[in-house]
Amino acid sequence: MNIARLALAYLRRRPLSTALVVALLAIGVAVVTLTLLLTHELETRLQRDAAGIDLVVGAKGSPLQLVLAGVYHVDVPPGNIPLAAITQLRADPRVTRVIPLSLGDNLRGFRIVGTEPALVELYGGVLAQGALWTVPLDAVLGSDVARATGLAVGGTFAGAHGLAAGGGEHGDAQYRVTGVLAPTGSVLDRLVLTGLESVWAVHEHRPLPADGKAEAAHDAHDDDREVTLALLKFRSPLAAATLARAIDKDTEWVAASPAFETARLLTVFGAGVDLVRAFALVLMAASALMLFVALAQALEDRRYDMAILRTLGATRGKVAGVLLVEGIALAAVGTVIGLLLAHGAVLGIAHWRPDAAPLAAAAWRWLPVEWAVVALAMGTGILSALWPAWRASRLDVAATLAEG
Amino acid sequence: MFELEGIVHRYANTTAVTVDTWRAGAGEAWLLEGPSGSGKSTVLHILAGLIVPQRGLVRVAGVDLATLTEGARDRWRGRTVGLVPQRLHLVHALRVHENLALAQALAGQPVDDARITALLEGVGVAELTRRYPRQLSQGQAQRVAIARAVVNRPVLLLADEPTANLDDAHAAQALELLRAQAVEAGATLVVASHDHRVRPLLPHVRALPPLVRAA
Repeated sequence: MNIARLALAYLRRRPLSTALVVALLAIGVAVVTLTLLLTHELETRLQRDAAGIDLVVGAKGSPLQLVLAGVYHVDVPPGNIPLAAITQLRADPRVTRVIPLSLGDNLRGFRIVGTEPALVELYGGVLAQGALWTVPLDAVLGSDVARATGLAVGGTFAGAHGLAAGGGEHGDAQYRVTGVLAPTGSVLDRLVLTGLESVWAVHEHRPLPADGKAEAAHDAHDDDREVTLALLKFRSPLAAATLARAIDKDTEWVAASPAFETARLLTVFGAGVDLVRAFALVLMAASALMLFVALAQALEDRRYDMAILRTLGATRGKVAGVLLVEGIALAAVGTVIGLLLAHGAVLGIAHWRPDAAPLAAAAWRWLPVEWAVVALAMGTGILSALWPAWRASRLDVAATLAEG
Repeated sequence: MFELEGIVHRYANTTAVTVDTWRAGAGEAWLLEGPSGSGKSTVLHILAGLIVPQRGLVRVAGVDLATLTEGARDRWRGRTVGLVPQRLHLVHALRVHENLALAQALAGQPVDDARITALLEGVGVAELTRRYPRQLSQGQAQRVAIARAVVNRPVLLLADEPTANLDDAHAAQALELLRAQAVEAGATLVVASHDHRVRPLLPHVRALPPLVRAA
């Protein structure tokens, strides 16, 4: 029977206010932690998908749209650029890598991307089975695509018009799956990759050369061929800045920086997150206030109890300690439940929304910033208990006993 | 066993409680007598070290209480003094046996369940050990309060108006229980009371003079 057990006995005697304080604090902690986990996950993914891409070059239009379409594959591209542009960019000594992308069709909502094997390297993709594409209409599936469609090496499918599911099918052009990629945790998992020639073949409805060799198709129509956009990597950040300006000024194309556009996007997104977080902090403050009221009330209700504790040999510090322990215990329970709720919610989202499956890993991750949430929640709890505890320590024992 | 010498304790309302000399031996049973408001509780609280008088010597079991710091006095009280307060107050959040265990723990003693059980049996409430205080009658609560006061075998047992609100039979029983427990613990007993029924039941009497109006 120490002061901790006494404090818990007191908490058990007023379950309603105990539960209310814990619930408010837990919800506040949960919402704050949830926003932290989700924004961290979002930022990590945005950065990972844009890693190694200094500039996206495409047709005139919104730079943000270009980045969304070319890097994150969530928006339609503004238009096309001539294949000659790729050659021209490759000739520039400041550029170390150019990856052309051709967009336009989808397989049940997953984008079919005409590109070169360099895109697989960019995201560190590794073949789980089969091989990369070699001839037009060979296709390699990202891991999510393979799982969702059930297609494997040797399977065939027809692409559908547009970038979202439900467009008319190119029934006459059947893709053949030659490989499936292992999961990378990047946007690559949700793409269907094929050669640039496949996209040209499907859309131009020209007969493929009899031997199906890529070079043959390439050479034949080089001049009027187009790609959607190009992903560029530079020797230095300075080169990126100067070339971006040059492209915007001197050509019909637009150069967009994923880092810059992503930062802009997160700023807009961040305002909403801040609002949610402010609401959660209000909940935590309300919980601290409830705790303060509960302990101040306990102070009044227990004046005689505390006087008796003193007659039984408790020091001022121990009497104050009972109230402090009550405050700390409530704050600790609320904090732990809140953290469990937040991580549980992330796990739940990952479980119930198939497109959010990669979140499952985030549910088990402890972010350093969560220590700040713990400190904040525990701090407000202890702070709320300080004044009642101090008052308890100043109790006039003889006068209280005499009130009897 | 204890000794009060030249005690003066003044309240803000300019009245003062005074005790010139009072010595009590070990194991003696005393009545501290005086009308309501004559300062009986104050003297009990001085003996318990809850009040430090503005003047005078308080020596209990060889310890001059003025030499102890407040925290030391608190710990000393837990080991040395048992107090049965006027309101028979038990900690409501705790069961009967837990109230006694708490008294042992606060005195820095290990919790001795055998002692608690024997004591509750001794005061006649063995069947109530698992109850909460609000489930007890007034008489039962008093028995538990007495048991709690002696659980640490104090050398000084103090009771404030223990017969208030009791009929004659129960008043006699309460006094008998206090005396028996004091004897069992080897404690000096001081009962503060203005109840004329108590006087014949205790061998030693100390009458408090009327309050002095301070100059």
